[in-house]
Amino acid sequence: MDGVTLLTIFILSIFVGFEVVSKVSAVLHTPLMSGANAIHGIVLIGGIIVTGAADTPLELILGALAVLLGAINLVGGFVVTDRMLEMFKPKKATAKDGEA
Amino acid sequence: MSTPTWAQLTNLGVAVLFILSLKALSSPKTARLGTLVGAVGAAVATIILFFTGIELDNLAVIIAMIIIGSVIGAVSARRVKMTAMPQMVALFNGVGGGAAGLIAVVEFLHAKDDPTLLFWIFTVLTVIIGSVAFSGSIVTYLKLQEIMTTRPVVLPAGKWVTILVAVAVAVFAIWGIIDPQFWIILILLVLSLVFGVLFVLPVGGADVPIVISLLNALTGLAVAASGYVLNNVLLLIAGTLVGASGTLLTMMMAKAMGRPLTATLFGAFSGTTAGSAGPGSDRPVRSSSPQDVAIMLGYADKVILVPGYGLAVAQAQSTLRELADLLAERGIDVDYAIHPVAGRMPGHMNVLLAEANVPYEQLKEMDEINPEFPSTDVVLVVGANDVVNPAARTDQSAPIHGMPILDVDTAGQVVFLKRSMRPGFAGIENELLFDPKTTLLFGDAKESLTKVVASLKAL
Repeated sequence: MDGVTLLTIFILSIFVGFEVVSKVSAVLHTPLMSGANAIHGIVLIGGIIVTGAADTPLELILGALAVLLGAINLVGGFVVTDRMLEMFKPKKATAKDGEA
Repeated sequence: MSTPTWAQLTNLGVAVLFILSLKALSSPKTARLGTLVGAVGAAVATIILFFTGIELDNLAVIIAMIIIGSVIGAVSARRVKMTAMPQMVALFNGVGGGAAGLIAVVEFLHAKDDPTLLFWIFTVLTVIIGSVAFSGSIVTYLKLQEIMTTRPVVLPAGKWVTILVAVAVAVFAIWGIIDPQFWIILILLVLSLVFGVLFVLPVGGADVPIVISLLNALTGLAVAASGYVLNNVLLLIAGTLVGASGTLLTMMMAKAMGRPLTATLFGAFSGTTAGSAGPGSDRPVRSSSPQDVAIMLGYADKVILVPGYGLAVAQAQSTLRELADLLAERGIDVDYAIHPVAGRMPGHMNVLLAEANVPYEQLKEMDEINPEFPSTDVVLVVGANDVVNPAARTDQSAPIHGMPILDVDTAGQVVFLKRSMRPGFAGIENELLFDPKTTLLFGDAKESLTKVVASLKAL
């Protein structure tokens, strides 16, 4: 893909990124940051691509390390975000009981 | 790159899932669904990669590393205590940045058929941003985990060293782009790591979460740049989304804390960040015993609890809930007032209290609870200081001036559970501590609360 196309995608993504989180309440700042953190864990696939193409031992070692770190970021990020949000959910049910 | 059309379309779908995930995470009702949507997108993108027909050697190594990394990530995310969650996020962010940096290094080594100038520029950028995000996040982790001091660390001539390192990074970056040699990239890598450390060291206290958010945005940018290097549109989109939303989120956090972002960033250079706390004052205060506090609370009609960072540090959430339950049993009206930045990060306190089974409807946000303080008999402030400091309203020179606060000073009586007279993160004196209607109970929040609970039971 040529540079201009990639630049176009880049610029448009900036606007989308700004737009989607523009109305978040302060309570959700931390989970949102954590969720965004998990999403950039997709760097994992970059690690897979370079490791898959590695020719020398050095490339292989560094690439494998990138895959390891990327997987930690991706999986850990989503799990910790879910744990944070899990805290909110069942309480709402009990809150309703309390009101009734 | 000959990615088949179906795979490109699937990746487009995944990009849309990421956008929807961020969107859903912005609203309490859909937040949990948002996590699921994002995770599904990531899983799909990873799995289809193996079937797109791209050259993938070392398959065993790749699979093994994915499994090991996933287990490490999932287990540590499951095991971490909720109070330690911000540093966990910082750590996950750091390794993501590290992964992006490593990818760029491997691509650099691997580059063969005379790449374009843009390829070198983005490779160098990924190395720099990824390394800064990595080492910076590690330092924030060490700070929040209290392995090192949470206070700003100001090195002698630190500002000049930082500037010098930044200039060196720029010089080697340009050199590396013009004359791509591996040793230059290695030096650049080391310098960037050093810069990340120097950048975060002078940041202390309340500014740390803002810096985590900023580093999160930086990792997003590193991932986006690596997407450019690898000619991978999904990495480019996902990284840019996180970079942009993370930047906006950083600005919103800074605003919620009443800290101009520039003060956080450039304060980092000059070492004048919030948190340069001086010694406590010698002025007289009214301190009291747990029994007295129990009596004040036990015979009130309306009590508001203000939990702060000190509560989280002392792990006293459950004890506070026990106290609240006891008061409620006595027919006392009890609410929790949650400042937007109570805890270590915006929303952190809600998570901590929810974990301690505090009913959701008792948690009142600032705008909701502020009108209720004048009709409240006793406000119990546990381990909070800056968020109830009236100086934010009155003292133009205070570093927290303009930060919205909980108006506890309008209540009948105020009880502070504090460890010492030491000021909060912002490092400024709280006049409210010296107010005649204020009572102080010194000690660890958990011990103090346990004693108050015991006395209350004996009433």
